[in-house]
Amino acid sequence: MADTIKDNDIDKWDINITSGRGYLDFHFGELWHYRDLLIMFVKKDIITVYKQTILGPIWFVVQPLLTSMMFLIIFSRIANISTGAVPAVLFYLIGTTLWGYFSDTLNVTSKTFTENATVFGKVYFPRIILPLSKVVSGLVKFLIQFSLFLLVWLYYIFIDKKITPNWYILLSPIWLGVVVLLSFSFGTIITSLTTKYRDLIFLVGFGVQLAMYMTPVIIPLSEIHGKKKLFFLLNPLTSLFEAFKYGFFGQGVFDIKWLLYSVAFTLVTLVIGFIIFNKVEKRFIDTV
Amino acid sequence: MSKEVVIKAENISKLYRLGQVGTGTLSHDLKRWWAMTRGKEDPYLKIGAENDRTKTVQSDFAWALKDINFEIHKGDTLGIIGKNGAGKSTLLKLLSRVTSPTTGQIKVKGRIASLLEVGTGFHPELTGRENIFLNGAILGMTRKEILRKFDEIVDFAGVQMYIDTPVKRYSSGMYVRLAFGVAAHLEPEILIVDEVLAVGDAEFQKKCLGKMSDVASHGRTIIFVSHNMQAVQSLCKSAIYLKSGQIVDLGETDKVINNYLSREVKNCIAAEWSSEEEAPGNEYLSIMSARINPKLAEGVDVIDVATEIDITFEFILHKECNLNISLFLSTPSGLCIFNVSTLSVPLGKGRHSSTLTIPGRLLNDDIYTIRLFFVKDRGPVIFSIEDILTFEVVDEPRTGSWFGKWIGAVRPSLPFTLT
Repeated sequence: MADTIKDNDIDKWDINITSGRGYLDFHFGELWHYRDLLIMFVKKDIITVYKQTILGPIWFVVQPLLTSMMFLIIFSRIANISTGAVPAVLFYLIGTTLWGYFSDTLNVTSKTFTENATVFGKVYFPRIILPLSKVVSGLVKFLIQFSLFLLVWLYYIFIDKKITPNWYILLSPIWLGVVVLLSFSFGTIITSLTTKYRDLIFLVGFGVQLAMYMTPVIIPLSEIHGKKKLFFLLNPLTSLFEAFKYGFFGQGVFDIKWLLYSVAFTLVTLVIGFIIFNKVEKRFIDTV
Repeated sequence: MSKEVVIKAENISKLYRLGQVGTGTLSHDLKRWWAMTRGKEDPYLKIGAENDRTKTVQSDFAWALKDINFEIHKGDTLGIIGKNGAGKSTLLKLLSRVTSPTTGQIKVKGRIASLLEVGTGFHPELTGRENIFLNGAILGMTRKEILRKFDEIVDFAGVQMYIDTPVKRYSSGMYVRLAFGVAAHLEPEILIVDEVLAVGDAEFQKKCLGKMSDVASHGRTIIFVSHNMQAVQSLCKSAIYLKSGQIVDLGETDKVINNYLSREVKNCIAAEWSSEEEAPGNEYLSIMSARINPKLAEGVDVIDVATEIDITFEFILHKECNLNISLFLSTPSGLCIFNVSTLSVPLGKGRHSSTLTIPGRLLNDDIYTIRLFFVKDRGPVIFSIEDILTFEVVDEPRTGSWFGKWIGAVRPSLPFTLT
C-alpha cells in the first residue's frame, strides 16, 4: 500500500491539464520534443508552394523582382523620388525583400488560430510550433530572394562600381534576426487577439500595407526631414532596415541609439506575445 | 492489489458560453479580469446552469461538465456512455488537451493518443510518404519513431505502390487506411477511441477494434466513448455514465449500463384515461387505456430484441357494430414495419379489450410507435389514433468482435442452416 502512495506522488505526472491561469507557465522542454514537427511543417510549406509548377522555387524570386520593377517605374521614374546615392534597383530590391519577409510572416502568423482551428480542435501539440514554422519557412524563402539581391549587388560592386560595402555588413544577420523576432511577436499577439475580436484581422491587413510607407522601403531615411523623421524612427523597423543598407551599400543611417530602441522594442513585444499566446492557446478552441 | 493510477481527474468542470461568442464581450472580459486580479472568483462562473437541452436557456452560460472526479488505473479499459450532449465529447477534448477545463485538473501519466484524429493534418498535395511523416509528427512521434514504423504503416495501409503519389489521387479507402495506419502505430500509453469509428465499414471497424484489444493486451489503458452499449459491454471493464455534464454512475460496466438503460430509454409504454370525456375517441368509441407489457426476466427492466411483448388496449364502444382493428407499427422515421389486423367481430356496446403479441426476436433494435385504425363493417374507418404508444427495443448482449448495427427493418430469428 505504501508503494502505491509513492507511485501517485505528484511529481511523477507527465501531463497536468489545468484551467491554466499562470501567466508564465511555459513548457520549453515540450517544444524540444516536437522539433521534428517544426521541421515537417517547414518542409510542407516549402514543398506545397511549388508542387505542380514548372519553375518551382524560382517563383519565389519573381515576386520581389516584379515589385522592384514596379517601384522603379512608379517612384523613381514617374514620381522622381530619390534613393540617395544607392542605385534605385538595388535599393528597392533589398527593401522589398526585407519588407516582404516581415509582412508575409506577420500576415501568416497572425492567422495561426483562425486558419488552423480544425487541426487544433482535434489534436494537441504546442501551438507555438505553427507560427515558429512559418517564421522558418519564410526565412527559406527569404534566403532564395536574398541571393537574387546578392547577384545584383555584386554586379553593382564589381562591374558598375557604384557602391562600396563596409564591415558593418557582418552585423546584418543580427538585424535580420531582430526583424524575424519582431514579425513573430506581432503575429502571435495579433492571432491571440483575433480569436475573440475577429475585426482585428481587417485592421492588420490594412495596417501592414500602410506601415510599408513608414519604413524606408521606398524612401531612404536620409531623404526625410523634420518631425516626420521621428515618426519614421519610432517604427522599430526603420533603423534595422537602415543598418542593413549601411553595411551593404555604405549608405544609410547607422544610429546605435535607435538600434537599441528597436531591439528593446522587439524583446518587449516578444515577451508579451509569448504570454498572450500561451494564455489563449489553452482555450481558444471554445471561442473560434 | 491496486494498480498505478494513470489518469486522475479532480473536480473538473467546463463552462461554455451560449449564444454569441465574439465581440461585445470586452466589458465581460474586463470585469472578469478586474475580479481576478483582485483575487476574487470569476463572477461569470456562478451563473452557469445545468446543461439540459430539453430546458430552455435561462442563463448565458452552461456547464458542459460539472465536478467530474475519476481515476483510471494502468491497463484499464474504461467506457464513457451517455446521450448526445451529456458531455462525452467535452471530456474527450479535455483529456486530449484540445481545450482546458474551467476549474479542476487532470493529471496524466504517459502519452495520450486518440483515434478521433485520424488523418488530421493530411495535406492533399503531399505524397503518402510525406504525409506519414507530417501526420506522425503532429500526433507526437519523433522522426526516428516514424522511420522505425514506416514499413509497418505502409504495409498496414497497403499503399506500397502509391507511396510517392500525392494523397489527393488516393481513393478514399486508401486515404483512410493510411491515416489510420499512422494513428494505429503510435503506441501510446493511453488510447482514446471515439465512436466516430463506428461509421467506417465493417472491415475498418474490425481493424480498429482489433487494434484496441491489441493495445489493451499490452497493458495499456483505453478510454472508449460510445453510444453502443454492446461494444462498451464487451470491451470495457468499467464505465462512466454521464448525464448533463455530471457523473451519474461509475463502476463495473454491467451495472453502469443497466443504470443507463433504465434511466435513458424513454418509453411511453402505458397510457390510461379515467373518464370518457378525457379519453380520445368520437361518437363511435373511446379509448380508455393502452399498455405494453414486456415479458421481462427478473431484475431486467428494458426491452431488448429477444423480449416478447404484449400490446393491450381497452376501449368503450358506444354503438353496436362489426369491428376490426388494424395496427401499424412504425419507426420514428416513418417506415412502417408491419400492419396487422384482427378479424371482423360483431361487438356490443360497452368495454372491450384487444391484445397483440409480438414474439421475441422479430423486431430490430429501434424505437417504435403504434398507430391504430378502427374499421366498421370492413369498410369505413370510424376512428384512428397516431403514436398512442412508443417504446424502444435495445440490442441484446453480443459475443464476438462485431458490434455494428444489424441492418434491416426486422431482425427475425429464422431457421438458417449450414452444413
